Amino acid sequence: MLKDQDRIFTNLYGIHDWKLAGAKKRGVWDNTKALIEQGQDAIIDGMKESGLRGRGGAGFPTGLKWSFMPKQSDGRPSYLVVNADESEPGTCKDREIMRFDPHRLLEGCLVAGFAMRAIAAYIYIRGEFVQEAINLEIAIQEAYADGLIGKNAANSGYDFDIYLHRGAGAYICGEETALIESLEGNKGQPRLKPPFPANVGVWGCPSTVNNVESIAVAPEILRRGKGWFSGLGRPNNTGTKLFCVSGHVNKPCNVEEEMGIPLKELIEKHAGGVRGGWDNLLAIIPGGSSVPLLPKSICDDVLMDFDSLRDVQSGLGTAAVIVMDKSTDVIRAIERLSHFYKHESCGQCTPCREGTGWMWRVMQRLVSGEAEIAEIDMLINVSKRIEGHTICALGDAAAWPIQGLVRHFRPVIEERIKSRKAVKAA
Amino acid sequence: MSQVIATGKAFEFTPENVKKAKVFIAKYPKGRQQSAVMPLLDLAQRQNENWLSREALEYVGNFLDVPYMRVLEVATFYTMYNLKPVGKYFLQLCRTTPCWLRGSDDLEAVCKNKLGISNGETTEDGMFSLLEVECLGACVNAPVVQINDDFYEDLNAKNFEVVLDKLAKGEVPPKGPQIDRINSAPEGGPKTLLEKTGDA
Repeated sequence: MLKDQDRIFTNLYGIHDWKLAGAKKRGVWDNTKALIEQGQDAIIDGMKESGLRGRGGAGFPTGLKWSFMPKQSDGRPSYLVVNADESEPGTCKDREIMRFDPHRLLEGCLVAGFAMRAIAAYIYIRGEFVQEAINLEIAIQEAYADGLIGKNAANSGYDFDIYLHRGAGAYICGEETALIESLEGNKGQPRLKPPFPANVGVWGCPSTVNNVESIAVAPEILRRGKGWFSGLGRPNNTGTKLFCVSGHVNKPCNVEEEMGIPLKELIEKHAGGVRGGWDNLLAIIPGGSSVPLLPKSICDDVLMDFDSLRDVQSGLGTAAVIVMDKSTDVIRAIERLSHFYKHESCGQCTPCREGTGWMWRVMQRLVSGEAEIAEIDMLINVSKRIEGHTICALGDAAAWPIQGLVRHFRPVIEERIKSRKAVKAA
Repeated sequence: MSQVIATGKAFEFTPENVKKAKVFIAKYPKGRQQSAVMPLLDLAQRQNENWLSREALEYVGNFLDVPYMRVLEVATFYTMYNLKPVGKYFLQLCRTTPCWLRGSDDLEAVCKNKLGISNGETTEDGMFSLLEVECLGACVNAPVVQINDDFYEDLNAKNFEVVLDKLAKGEVPPKGPQIDRINSAPEGGPKTLLEKTGDA
């Protein structure tokens, strides 16, 4: 188990003072000036060396992403945009950072913003997080008053502003280009790439969009120095990670653990085990609703990191672990997710707009058993016509849970259709 | 599709909200005041008993010098803008899988049996409205209901009824977990972060 001294989010549970005075006692804003004085290249090299991969779901190397920003301005300012639109079902980690450790995020904004030569950070927080936005806004005001941001931020000689922007209920705004559209005051409909945000982002300016957790861990990684973060976890899957364990466990919770912790250990050590014991486990969605579920046989020994979960045709995603015990109607569990994607499709691309509704209606038929067996293959066929055929990844995210269900639980679906037919015939 | 309701009554920000609106607009670069459409709609909704009339949408458009149609697009795209009146207590019941696994159906039944309302309905006395929503982002504290600005977590039929009873009496029940638990730490107390760290 990860040692407490290696945990970054020491106020994860909100037991301590979240405001500036408390944050400073926990080591936040500790000589931030020295981090900045290393210079842009050293910070980006430090992030690359740490092996940090983006914590918002896709797992793209954070240091590399920062390096895409222009080193010389062509007259346009650059911006850091923080994706705090946490809406992936199962995920509730950024919420804790924002309400209980907001200064960690703000310090990260300054360091990351400096490294990518940005003049300001815009934090886009989902609208439902009202209390979290209030705390974050208070923290921003505290940081300005203390000279940590604004002109000559933290005495570094660098000027940097941080602004908060509240969303208003749209999962799609977690997609970086939809988020940019929303920040500009438009409907949150994703843009085609290229141009990538690092060239043309918010208000036509170079922008980098990073997840809250990715930004919040950056100062601590740099402060602790070479080898610390990269020494945790496994190669290509380094560091610590906030895990959210929800569903049928005895004690659902958030916890910061080492990357690559076995899924079973995560659940048994931290979440009080599966309700009714490990043998009562049916399936687990290991990384938020967009990744395919895993049956118990795979859960027995799979490791929680990007590469291990990809190898079993799923993904780490946001590390939101949704546990289902044997009492679960697994078809209905996925049908609920299909409804989610139908509700959240932005309506821009036809395959997604029409397809998500179509898949949800078939999923409803599979739940009741009133479908024909042939519809299972038809459903997979339709999911393949959505996957990869849309501007953003929402189409893929809608397709994968269904594909995972059929891959691992096809007999359950067939059995339901057959029993329904038998009841009707009788 | 949502229909926008014209009330025939003019809408304008209170002097205090005009000040707030100007603070919002100043957050964005010059000439990019359209970015403030979302915060201004939220401000208008808060001033207007938690919903947006046609007059409010037009006012926000004029305030920002943005065409009405652009404001309407935003107001209809995002779920948090209410385009019709809602009850004093706006219940947003999460129905996505993590909440469903932990009994959100029971909470829906409480709304039906106790308040007599289903999804999208408001009680006759105008006290409670129910909207089933998708993931609220508090999944380890499922099931969750957002009541106006606050999250009520770790609910079950029994403690949800207690919350509703208190609201009906005009009391403000404490938000957050409704069972004995510290925020998102496991029930029974944290198992990590027990060593002395900083101010601990």
